Amino acid sequence: MFISMFGAVESGIIYAIMALGVYLTFRVLDFPDLTVEGSFVTGAAVTAFSIVNGIPPFVATVLAAVAGFIAGCLTGILHTKGKINALLAGILMMTALYSINLRVMGQPTLSMLNETTLFDQLESVWAPLGIDSLFNGMISFLGIEQIPRTWAILILMIFVTIGIKLLTDFYLKTEIGLALRAIGDNKKMIRSLSANTDSLIITGVGISNALVALAGGLIAQLGGFADVNMGLGLIVIGLASIIIGEALFGTKSIVRATLAVILGAVIYRMIVTLALEVDFLEAGDMKLITAVIVVVALVTPKVIQTRREKKRRIQKRAQLRAGGDGHA
Amino acid sequence: MLKLNHISVTFNEGTPDEKRALNDIQLELNKGEFVTVIGSNGAGKSTLMNIISGALLPDVGDVFIGGKQVVHFPEYKRSTYIGRVFQDPMAGTAPSMTIEENLSMAYSRDKKRKLRLGVTKQRKELFRDYLTTLNLGLEDRLNAKVGLLSGGERQALSLLMSTFTEPNILLLDEHTAALDPSRAELITSLTDKVVREFGLTTLMVTHNMQQALDLGSRLIMMDKGQIIFDVNGEEKQKLAIEALLHEFRRIRGMQFGDDRAVLS
Ligand SMILES: Nc1ncnc2c1ncn2[C@@H]1O[C@H](COP(=O)(O)OP(=O)(O)OP(=O)(O)O)[C@@H](O)[C@H]1O
Ligand SMILES: [Mg+2]
Repeated sequence: MFISMFGAVESGIIYAIMALGVYLTFRVLDFPDLTVEGSFVTGAAVTAFSIVNGIPPFVATVLAAVAGFIAGCLTGILHTKGKINALLAGILMMTALYSINLRVMGQPTLSMLNETTLFDQLESVWAPLGIDSLFNGMISFLGIEQIPRTWAILILMIFVTIGIKLLTDFYLKTEIGLALRAIGDNKKMIRSLSANTDSLIITGVGISNALVALAGGLIAQLGGFADVNMGLGLIVIGLASIIIGEALFGTKSIVRATLAVILGAVIYRMIVTLALEVDFLEAGDMKLITAVIVVVALVTPKVIQTRREKKRRIQKRAQLRAGGDGHA
Repeated sequence: MLKLNHISVTFNEGTPDEKRALNDIQLELNKGEFVTVIGSNGAGKSTLMNIISGALLPDVGDVFIGGKQVVHFPEYKRSTYIGRVFQDPMAGTAPSMTIEENLSMAYSRDKKRKLRLGVTKQRKELFRDYLTTLNLGLEDRLNAKVGLLSGGERQALSLLMSTFTEPNILLLDEHTAALDPSRAELITSLTDKVVREFGLTTLMVTHNMQQALDLGSRLIMMDKGQIIFDVNGEEKQKLAIEALLHEFRRIRGMQFGDDRAVLS
C-alpha cells in the first residue's frame, strides 16, 4: 500500500508538469489544445531516441521540451495564421504527431532499460549520501515494511516541479504574461492595447507543449521506455488534475491556482492508484475512472452550492413565517 | 494629427445585402481637437471608428496619424497611437484580472512588453495617483478583480486606461450609452476633464445632441456614410439643437416624421 502510494506521488509530481502545461492553454489562454496527447509522446520519443543514441540524458530531456515547444507553436500558427478552429488545430497536430513519433522511435515501443537515464545518474550521485537509509529508517520505524527503492527521484522532482511553478507564476505576472492572460479574458481589449495576440497565442501554446513534452520525457525515463500510445487520454487526465485541484484548493490568485494544479495532479494519481487496489477493477478501467472523477469533481461543488442555497431559502422562509405568526 | 483621405467601405459587395457604409470620407483633425460625431443609426459612425483603429480595412483610402501612413498597419500596431473606449463597459477591461493588472496592461500600450513584472511598487503608486483623479475610491481597491466593479466604475477605469498614456488619438464610441443617466453624466465630465488635461485629439460618437453641442471644439454630422455637416469654433458654440435639426433637414432636403428621433 505505502509503496504504491509512493509511486503515485512520484509519478504524480511529474504529471503535474504536464498539468501545468494544460492549465496554460485551457485556463490562461482559453485555448482547448489537444496537441498535448501527441506532444507528450513526442517528448518521450525524443528522449528515448536521444538516450539510446548516446546523447547525455540531461540534453535528451531538454530536447524533449524543445520538440514540444515547436509542436505547440505549430498548433498556434495553424490557429492564428491558418484561422483553423482551436480544437481542430490541436486534433490535426496530435494526429500528425502520431506518425512523427512513430518515425522518431522507429518502432511502437522504445526501451531504455539498458541505458543510463537522468534518474539513474541521479541515483548514483544520491546513493552515497545515505539519505535513503535515513528516510527508510523513519518509515520502518512507523511500522511500514516495504520500503521504496530510492527517494532521489521524488525529491528531485518536487524541486523541479516547484521550480517550474515559480517560473510560471513569475511569467504570468510579467508584462508579457499579463497580456497572455488577457487573451483568455478579453481578446478584443488586449488587442486595442497594442498586444500582438497572434504571437502571444503561438508562444503560449508553445510553452504549454514544452512543459507537456518535458513531462513526457521524464515519465519515459521513470518507466524506462517510450510508447507511441502513452499519450492516450492525457488531455482528460490533465483536465482532471486541474479540476480536482481547483475544487479542493481554489483559484484566488495565480500562485494559488498553479499550486492547486500540481496538488490536483498528485491527488489524481493517488485516486487512480487507490481505485486499482479494488479487486474487481482492472488497468483498462482507468479511463472510465478518470472520466468519473472529472464528472464528480465538476458536479459536486455545484450540487453542494445548490443544496446550501436551498437550505438558506428554506430557513429564510421559515424565519419569515415565524415572524408573520408573531404579528397575527 | 489624424487625416482620412478618400475612405470608402462597402460591406457584402456584390450581394443583395450590399451596403455602402462609408462613402469617400475626407476628414482632418488638428492636434488637440475634440470632435463630437452625431448621426442616425447606420450612418457609419462606428465603421469610421473601426477604420481609424484598424479593426476594419477600407476598400480604398489612406489613414495618416501624425503624418504617418498607417492604413496597412494591423490593429494591434496602430493601437500604440490610439486609445479607445467601447460602448459596452465589459469590452474595455479584463474581468478576471485585478485593477492594477488592467492598468499595467494599459500602461504598456505605447511601450514594448518585456519579461519584467507588470505591477511594481513604483507603478502601484502611479496607478493609485491616477485612480484618485476619478474620485470613485478605486485607488483603495487596486487588488480587486475588475469583474466586481459596476458598469460605471468599469467604464471610468476603461477611460483612464485609454487616456493616461496620452495617446495621439482617442476614440470614444457611445461610451456613455450603456450607463444610467447619473453614471453617464459622471463619465461625460471625466471625459471632458481628461481630454482637456492631456490635450488629446479626440473623436467622440454620441446620440445625445446636447452632449455633442456642449462638449468639444468641433462637431460633425454623418448620414449614409458621408459627413454632411462640419462646424467648429464660435459657430459651434452658437449652435442649438433646433438649428442642428434644421441643418439636417436642409442638407438632406427631406422631411422625416420626427428628426429628433432619427438623430438621437
Ligand atoms: N460587419 C458588417 N457587415 C455588414 N454590414 C455592416 C457591418 N458593420 C456595419 N454594417 C452596416 O454598415 C452601416 C453602418 O454601420 P455603423 O455601425 O457604422 O453605424 P453607426 O453610425 O455606428 O450606427 P449606430 O448609431 O446604430 O451605432 C449599417 O447599415 C450597418 O448595418
Ligand atoms: Mg455605432
